Amino acid sequence: MRYWKELVKGIWSRNPQLVIGLGFCPTLAVSTSLSNALWMTLAVIFVLVGSNLIISSVRKIVPGHLRIPIFITIIASFVTVVDLLLEAYQPEVYRSLGIFIPLIVVNCIILGRAEEFAQKNGVFPSVLDGIGMGIGFGLTLAVLAAIREVLGANRLFGYPLVQGMEPAAVMIMAPGAFFTLAFMLWAMNAINARKKGK
Amino acid sequence: MEIKVFVTILLSTIFINNYVLSRMLGLCPFLGVSRRLDSALGMGLAVIFVMTLTSFITFPIYKYVLVPYRVTYLTTIVFILVIAALVQLVEMVIRKVSPGLYDALGIFLPLITTNCAVLGVAVLNLSSGFAAPEASLGLLKSVTQGFGGGAGFTLALIIMAGIRERLEIADIPENLRGVPITFITAGLLALAFFGFSGMKL
Repeated sequence: MRYWKELVKGIWSRNPQLVIGLGFCPTLAVSTSLSNALWMTLAVIFVLVGSNLIISSVRKIVPGHLRIPIFITIIASFVTVVDLLLEAYQPEVYRSLGIFIPLIVVNCIILGRAEEFAQKNGVFPSVLDGIGMGIGFGLTLAVLAAIREVLGANRLFGYPLVQGMEPAAVMIMAPGAFFTLAFMLWAMNAINARKKGK
Repeated sequence: MEIKVFVTILLSTIFINNYVLSRMLGLCPFLGVSRRLDSALGMGLAVIFVMTLTSFITFPIYKYVLVPYRVTYLTTIVFILVIAALVQLVEMVIRKVSPGLYDALGIFLPLITTNCAVLGVAVLNLSSGFAAPEASLGLLKSVTQGFGGGAGFTLALIIMAGIRERLEIADIPENLRGVPITFITAGLLALAFFGFSGMKL
């Protein structure tokens, strides 16, 4: 199972947001509710797997100095597919994610994986890498979204939780996103530091 | 009457809906380039320039090419390629015309292509209706929004850089150093900017 580590590294040891530090914009902006986070994750996994698949299969014929525009075009094509699919089948999700669907193009995780992994590795490991990184991205996003939705709207997945509790609306807005992610990064650093100490 | 519209767009993009602190666009350069005040200023100026120019170019492309030929599904691909080409072009022109400015901005220019605030403003120009067929003055409004967005980004970046230069010498818990403390600072800044949403325009 030498491919196993390509799949699981995105979840903890090379988590895109918490360890590598990429993709903060969609993470912060879309984490207002768990269902938004879930749809965003599905969209990102689709684009990430698709672009890793295509880029790793054409990696030997792409000239080095032209690779960035080519990669971006490939990524943008997949983003367009997601954009049209969501608009057609999930119009409500499409409206609530808004401009962050087209902005998947400039999500640095996707170009980052193309540069760092897909252009150097075969098709199969690249697809696994895409799935793993996508899941890692989604887990961070889901934890952040769950915390914000519970504290900021007193709901989870849209269902009301505690009756009569006044939610802290600031958690749903921009400051809450910054604070929650800061505490998650802090916790990650602390856990890793403790591991290293042992 | 028309002047008022432009002032409203400027105030709302710089303060009320600040691209970084309220819309959460362009966080990568916001974290990466806010370590020192002078590089923050350089990056900010480059972003203002590219965002204004992007609005100026993507708007006519959308209105006079994509809409008449019914290929609006290509919007994302076309916009990102236009931005990438534009950044490259701006880099070449500045290098030729003003080597001094190029030395100051040089390393920041290629980074701007993946700044989501730039693609963000191009897409927002469409969704806020400036590109609608009936909207007159659409181009000027789009360009104003591009300039305001860039200026708001620069404002946030400069404030952040000023704070981070002082944080360098502060005694911060070890695990909180670097990105986490920057996010907490950004959260406090966002809270402060939240006060602007009480402005009546």
